[in-house]
Amino acid sequence: MSRYSRVGRPRPGSSGLELAIWYLMRLSGLALFVLAVAHFLIMHFVFDPDLQTADWIAANRWNSIFWRSFDWLLLMTVLFHSFFGVRTVVGDYMKGGARTAVMMGVYALAVILFVIGTIVVMTMPLSGAAS
Amino acid sequence: MLLRYRGSEGMLAWAFHRISGVAIWSFVVLHVIDIYLVGGNPDAYNEILKVYASLPGRVVEVLLGAALLYHALNGLRIIIMDFWPAMTVYHKQLWYLNWVVFIAVGLPVTYQIMAPAFGLAQFLR
Repeated sequence: MSRYSRVGRPRPGSSGLELAIWYLMRLSGLALFVLAVAHFLIMHFVFDPDLQTADWIAANRWNSIFWRSFDWLLLMTVLFHSFFGVRTVVGDYMKGGARTAVMMGVYALAVILFVIGTIVVMTMPLSGAAS
Repeated sequence: MLLRYRGSEGMLAWAFHRISGVAIWSFVVLHVIDIYLVGGNPDAYNEILKVYASLPGRVVEVLLGAALLYHALNGLRIIIMDFWPAMTVYHKQLWYLNWVVFIAVGLPVTYQIMAPAFGLAQFLR
């Protein structure tokens, strides 16, 4: 272990949950390298935010099963990666009951975002023929 | 942690990774809520969009893109060293390579985002 540079979190020595999370952080990170960077470049380089009103999203961006699936996959990946990242950060600075209390709030927020994000991407009516 | 200086590129790479990660997480929380409003309250969403498309909004947009790009590139560097430990010898060189890509990708994206605020022409339009 002494050969580790001061970058990245050492792979947990034991098997089990922590090791699974360690691998999944790297796997979701790789997925986000494609999904999140592509999302940013499409929404901020190809299209200007000025254009992206609620009507534009309904008539264009989300008038497509492909882009809704893409966005939902991105949502799932980013929620996993960012909230487990926050878990690591909280664990570095807090201990015991304070850590547990903060993490309960953090997990509750993750569940709320999972629910409202899934609702909006799946229940907005498809407006039909693309313009 | 974060504030205790241990020196050299490795510590800075780690600190920037943590700061950019928490920043991106904050925006994700805000962004899922504003996108929920596209279905839930389109008028409220359109009002938030005006803030995003304003001059200060565009500055924050550039900062968000910078945080995302740094975190993505440095994350790739971490994965490379985790699964190919011999590369830890070159962790500084990999970090400088990150910055080369960061500048090369970041400059045109920054121009594209800021151009409308100054009446300049954008790419692809």
